[in-house]
Amino acid sequence: MTPVFRRIWASGWRLGADAMNRRVSLFVTCIVDQLFPQIGMAMARVLAGLGFEVEFNEAQTCCGQPAFNTGYRAEACRVARYFLDVFENAEAIVVPSGSCTAMITHHFAELFHDDAAARQRVERLSHRIWEFSTFLTDVAGVEDVGARLETVATFHDGCHALRELGIQSAPRRLLSRVRGLELREMQPAAECCGFGGTFSVKFAELSGAMARAKLDAIKQSGADTVISLDPSCLLQIQGAASRRGVRLRTMHLAEVLASR
Amino acid sequence: MSREFQQHIHDALADSRLQNAVYTATGRLKDARLAVVSDNVLSDYQELRTQANALKRHAIDHLDYYLEQFQRNVETHGGHVVFCQDATEVSDFVLSLAKERGARLIVKSKSMTTEEIDLNERLEHHGLESVETDLGEYLLQLAHERPYHIVAPALHKTRYDVADILTKRLNVPRETVPEKQTALARSVLREKFLAADIGISGANFLVADSGAVVLVENEGNARLTTTAPKIHIAIAGIEKVIPRAQDLAVFLKLLARSATGQLLSVYTSVLSGPRRSGEIDGPDEFYVVLLDNGRTRLLPNAERRQSLYCIRCGACLNACPVYRKIGGHSFPWVYSGPIGAILTPQFMGIAREPELPFASSLCGACAEVCPVKIDIPKLLLDLRSEAHSQRSGFEKLTFRVFAWLACHHRLFALAARIAARLRFKVGPIGAWLSQRDLPPPPSHRFRQLWRQR
Amino acid sequence: MTSREQILQQVRSALRRSEGQTPPEPPPVRLHVPEMTLESRIASMTTRLEALAGVVHRVKSPQAAGAWIAETLAGRRAIASNAAFLRDCGITQIPGVRSGITDREELRQLCATADVGISSADYALADTGTLVLLSSLEARMISLLPPIHFAILPATRLLTGLDELFTLVPNPSQLTRSVVLITGPSRTADIEQILVRGVHGPGLLTAVLVG
Repeated sequence: MTPVFRRIWASGWRLGADAMNRRVSLFVTCIVDQLFPQIGMAMARVLAGLGFEVEFNEAQTCCGQPAFNTGYRAEACRVARYFLDVFENAEAIVVPSGSCTAMITHHFAELFHDDAAARQRVERLSHRIWEFSTFLTDVAGVEDVGARLETVATFHDGCHALRELGIQSAPRRLLSRVRGLELREMQPAAECCGFGGTFSVKFAELSGAMARAKLDAIKQSGADTVISLDPSCLLQIQGAASRRGVRLRTMHLAEVLASR
Repeated sequence: MSREFQQHIHDALADSRLQNAVYTATGRLKDARLAVVSDNVLSDYQELRTQANALKRHAIDHLDYYLEQFQRNVETHGGHVVFCQDATEVSDFVLSLAKERGARLIVKSKSMTTEEIDLNERLEHHGLESVETDLGEYLLQLAHERPYHIVAPALHKTRYDVADILTKRLNVPRETVPEKQTALARSVLREKFLAADIGISGANFLVADSGAVVLVENEGNARLTTTAPKIHIAIAGIEKVIPRAQDLAVFLKLLARSATGQLLSVYTSVLSGPRRSGEIDGPDEFYVVLLDNGRTRLLPNAERRQSLYCIRCGACLNACPVYRKIGGHSFPWVYSGPIGAILTPQFMGIAREPELPFASSLCGACAEVCPVKIDIPKLLLDLRSEAHSQRSGFEKLTFRVFAWLACHHRLFALAARIAARLRFKVGPIGAWLSQRDLPPPPSHRFRQLWRQR
Repeated sequence: MTSREQILQQVRSALRRSEGQTPPEPPPVRLHVPEMTLESRIASMTTRLEALAGVVHRVKSPQAAGAWIAETLAGRRAIASNAAFLRDCGITQIPGVRSGITDREELRQLCATADVGISSADYALADTGTLVLLSSLEARMISLLPPIHFAILPATRLLTGLDELFTLVPNPSQLTRSVVLITGPSRTADIEQILVRGVHGPGLLTAVLVG
């Protein structure tokens, strides 16, 4: 579904949504569930604050990206099928991760290349699933969620969000409305933090070197806080900063928007 | 992971001078490209990419037709086409021609294809002198090194390295000023050009409707290589063929911009045969060697076939955060960077370096800059599935267990809770921890917090 | 089976094509020729070529071109091609300029020792600052060996860009064995990315537009 079409679809959904229950289902992702639960809670708070009824289906597990990235398609396919079952009846699904959203909207179809019925389910699903910042700007139609956070911050564009989902302005628009927040851009912009899932384990030293290059860029920007909409990027940046003894706050966009 | 690959990467990361050289040079090339493809400078850049992809797709999908058309047109103009399956056939051809003509000295312009087949080594082994004439390649030839980057072969050398090379190999007083170093190489090579019996070039494009070889360069050495000697041999992979001369209107606009940020390279030559009567200079004999060397193996798979669209601009190398950290010599073959990562396993088999497709964070920067829109990340993922057969039993089991757990949410939650608390410094977790800290496990997971709210 | 047959057969079987099977037409190339006055083309050519450290000089007539070249040469040794336009400009009459050479060896000797090479050009491309030497009468060495290159051409030969060139000449190889597009002086950045001009080709390039 092209970005433009998704926006048109979103407007339509929004109009229809006023007439019915504004219910959203969270797919928090396994990283958030286990390591950064506060991100999930922050996202829920923001959505509830906008008048959405927030659900969490406990049956959820993972999008299958670790297996897919490592070349284990059959295994990834199993996990994808389970995901389709879990979220079969969710009207709208919101995800605090660009990479997980992209896995679902861009790669699930490949996994079911010989199963037309499953591909149809994937197609229907991809109309109902949103990365968090895009959900706010395109579906909820808001940019100001009443957040306040005094800090000098920079925004890190996760590669999947940026290049697969085309997300760049939505998070920045949201951040521009956060009271007290000064947003600076990094140079170089849009460079990979070096996580890459399996890559960070198989090529740990190289991944670490890329993380350090990212830390340098953050430092150059003069920001105290780095914000991302991808928990895996935050894990990578935070981990490298901590190891290097660099004082740097890492926050997910949801946490920033939930700040008062 | 193969020890050699791991070692090369480690060495590259440990060499901070090299790191700086590669990072800075590729950064400049990257910025130069951006300056000439942005919307206000080239408003139809994206459309050109789409056209280029479509033209390459068409040419490759009908490759036999265009190869035959190319051959017919070369022969109409008095040239010859020689099909070669591998490195040996190419060197056999060159050697026998050289022998027949009593040729001793060969000048060469830059060609990754000839690097691929170690042509110089083979020719030298048989007593011919084959001199690289592109400045960077010449310096590397003197230093007995492989090129570091598709477009900027001596990226990793400082002027002091160059001074060392020149002093040692040419027996000249030490000179560290780049302009003077260049002038020295120029005078040495000029003699070679004018005395050479054969000029060997690559080809950026082979034009089917013209029987022409297109050479794109900045120095003028390719022009001299193909003008001064009486014999010109162009050696090119079969995938270089494009249907029509007018297609160059698309490709030429993309090549120089993507490679170096120039609007056009200084010299673009379209050469279609030995000199005609009435033409004063130019070669008397013109040969085009069409090389397979494994390219036909990439054709059957319709997805993988796009690997052959590459026009060797090097933009993917300049955009790649991995290449920019580890440089060209960390890669196992002559083609490095993202394009090298997809070509190497396909040409050499995945067993050559099973970890190569994994040496990427899949950030997608390469696909974004590729002028012919090769979906490199997709092919890397595809190759990772193929590498499956090389994976350890332990890894396979891990993912099978992972997939099973991911379909049973209570067990998944339990297993994840345990895994999040593991801090053993061994295996994958150890690798992770060697570079960064894991956050302390939270007192409550999301599920718990949710239930409690 | 010859290598040729082997390779073609492998290609065909991989692509599931049969011998002699004609492909559909290749995708069309959209060539766009913008409306540009001569003056704006000259301005663009000048901007582009000067950005590359080339020079563009405009003269009113072929005679003026000859006079300007004579003055600029100031007695240096030059070799000129046999292009008719150079004769029209009186280039071949200038003392110190050799021309009318038809022997390859003699030409090479002269080019190797000349200070300046003088050629015409069949076209120029305004949007990139490019000279197009298409004609078989333009000996290749003249714009290649001497360290300085002057190209003299009628201003009317200045096209808007590559698209216009390929519109006018869709298949240049039908006309000549060698077409060269020259965009500025020879250069390299192979050593520490430092720009050095005049590596193998001329380090100084001047385009003289007449009319």
